[in-house]
Amino acid sequence: MFETQLKKRDFYAGGLMTLIGAAVTLDSTTYDVGTMTHMGPGMFPLILGIVLTIIGVLIFGTALATPLGPDESILPEQREWRGWACILAGPMLFILFGEFLGMAPATFVCVFVSALGDRTATVRGSAILALGITVFGVLLFSYILQLPFPIFRWGM
Amino acid sequence: MVTTALTDLWYGFGVALEPHNVMWCFIGVLVGNMVGVLPGMGPLATISILLPLTFGIPPVGAILMLAGVFYGSQYGGAICSILLNLPCHPPHAVTCLDGFPLTQQGRGGAALGVTVISSFVGASWGITEMIFLAPVLVTVALKFGPAEICSLMLLGLLAGSTLARGSPLKGVAMTVCGLLIGIVGSDIETGTPRFTFGIPNLFDGVEIVALALGLFGIAEFMKSVNQLSAVETKYTKISFKDLRPTKNELRRSWPAMFRGTLVGSLCALIPGTGPTIASFIAYATEKKISKSPDQFGTGMIEGVAGPEASTHSSVQGDFIPTMSLGIPGDAVMALILGALMIQGIVPGPQLISEHPDIFWGLIASFWIGNIILVVLNVPMIGLWVKLLTIPYKYLYPSALFFVCIGVYSTNNDMFQVGETILIGLLGYLLLLLDFHPAPILLGFVLGPRFEENFRRAMLISRGDSLVFIDIKNHPISAFFIFLCVVLILAQLYVRLRKPKALAQELAMNAETNPIAQAEP
Repeated sequence: MFETQLKKRDFYAGGLMTLIGAAVTLDSTTYDVGTMTHMGPGMFPLILGIVLTIIGVLIFGTALATPLGPDESILPEQREWRGWACILAGPMLFILFGEFLGMAPATFVCVFVSALGDRTATVRGSAILALGITVFGVLLFSYILQLPFPIFRWGM
Repeated sequence: MVTTALTDLWYGFGVALEPHNVMWCFIGVLVGNMVGVLPGMGPLATISILLPLTFGIPPVGAILMLAGVFYGSQYGGAICSILLNLPCHPPHAVTCLDGFPLTQQGRGGAALGVTVISSFVGASWGITEMIFLAPVLVTVALKFGPAEICSLMLLGLLAGSTLARGSPLKGVAMTVCGLLIGIVGSDIETGTPRFTFGIPNLFDGVEIVALALGLFGIAEFMKSVNQLSAVETKYTKISFKDLRPTKNELRRSWPAMFRGTLVGSLCALIPGTGPTIASFIAYATEKKISKSPDQFGTGMIEGVAGPEASTHSSVQGDFIPTMSLGIPGDAVMALILGALMIQGIVPGPQLISEHPDIFWGLIASFWIGNIILVVLNVPMIGLWVKLLTIPYKYLYPSALFFVCIGVYSTNNDMFQVGETILIGLLGYLLLLLDFHPAPILLGFVLGPRFEENFRRAMLISRGDSLVFIDIKNHPISAFFIFLCVVLILAQLYVRLRKPKALAQELAMNAETNPIAQAEP
């Protein structure tokens, strides 16, 4: 019985919203709530937190009441761990390389790494794409749009 | 009344036809069309990615460019859906139903031609509606006090979240999340930092660009990576000549276009019923009126003309509450409003009188933009079609770079890039849990003004929360709240009474709409 409920997607969706709502409600009481006439900074978040908690419980409740659907798995059929990791890693490396080495290396590494997330990607193909985007990006953002972001730098 | 509207419009053309403004509009349409045509890039992603590029431009130019981007990306999306059966924007899901069969019969060019005409007809009507309705709405809205504004915003938020795709309950949950994200930062009145986790970079709040690019950029890429199969290039050889519909096709399209336009403009008047619903209704209308309803789905030109006209006329109508009341109907409008706020312009009923150049310039530029769209697409269709064949594996890494540099450029701050990654990850989690994150943007943009007016209304009423439904002193506010209740009851009624029809509609959406699910 309980195991069937655990399989439902909305079980988790409702749970997540309830959790966020409860956390917001609790946290907003640490700010000055004030009175109804003179509301403090905590009042609006408090109301929203309570509303979100109620909605979360409602989603949760609807999930309990409806029968198990045909497709309730949360993760898609094909788990793209490599793709997901590469898409997240690209921008992270952009931050790191951008902060220490400048725009051109950051662009190259961002495009290169995220391109590797595709199943059919090759190192050579990704490198060529990254190089092309780097040249284009530097031309557009540094020369045409004059973005204050050094093309190369060393250290902070 | 009519004469003032016309003189104002004349003034608007003066603004929009200034050479640099025409240039921004042209660049917007061109780039929007170019990006929008790429498979997997919907208008939301396109506008979010191009938004940072407009920060350096003066407000009028920036808004004209964004409107151009919006038009371009929408039309680009139509090309993508008709020729590849790949709708990147929900309203186009309907266009695919008959557009793609036409392509298979070798009439894809004609379908595109009819789309150009339909969107122009639909948009023109929508613009006319805006010219006359917006000033009327403004004169009414200027009399609104905080209580009325608050109730109206509540109605807008509720309509925007429950009438969008998917479960209304989840939509409301997303809107509340958006309102909460809007709270992050210093409190307007006391300066108390709220939900900043002690991080100074968050004292100014979450950046709209980071939010939009996280939700519609990174989260979408995570969803689509390795999911888009190689593009079928069989049908993508279209040239200028092919765009001409036959006489018979045109004769059948005209009435459908006008019916679609009518449906769209009616939908625009009901808050929250955006272009998606308008296109569905228009398609259903065409099917009902037609002498051969069973032929729909096999390549009926009416099934392309009607929905496209209705989409564009309702999109134009959506600009009315956005520009005159400051209340966006969907995530795209929320982004455009957010862009205005970044430029330091306060949206709301005072916009027309305080910034007539923006308001009337924008209206005039709608027409100019539409003409540019036609001029660009008719001779250059071959080029756009070539863009369709760019595989997704080259697209998303390049787009990720634009996401990173775009977010960075808003404040020259790498912290924002990190914020975007985190929002993207959370956005993908929400997508997996079957939430549609678009209402988040709606809540986020309206949040701060909603809170401000709420607090003010309560202060004026001396803490009496019944002020919003006080029929004697605040009849307008009470009316809006009444509409909210009606909306909720109607939703409940539909859910309880018609689960079967609903399930069918959902199945149809899921079938025709593999990528566009994240957008409303």
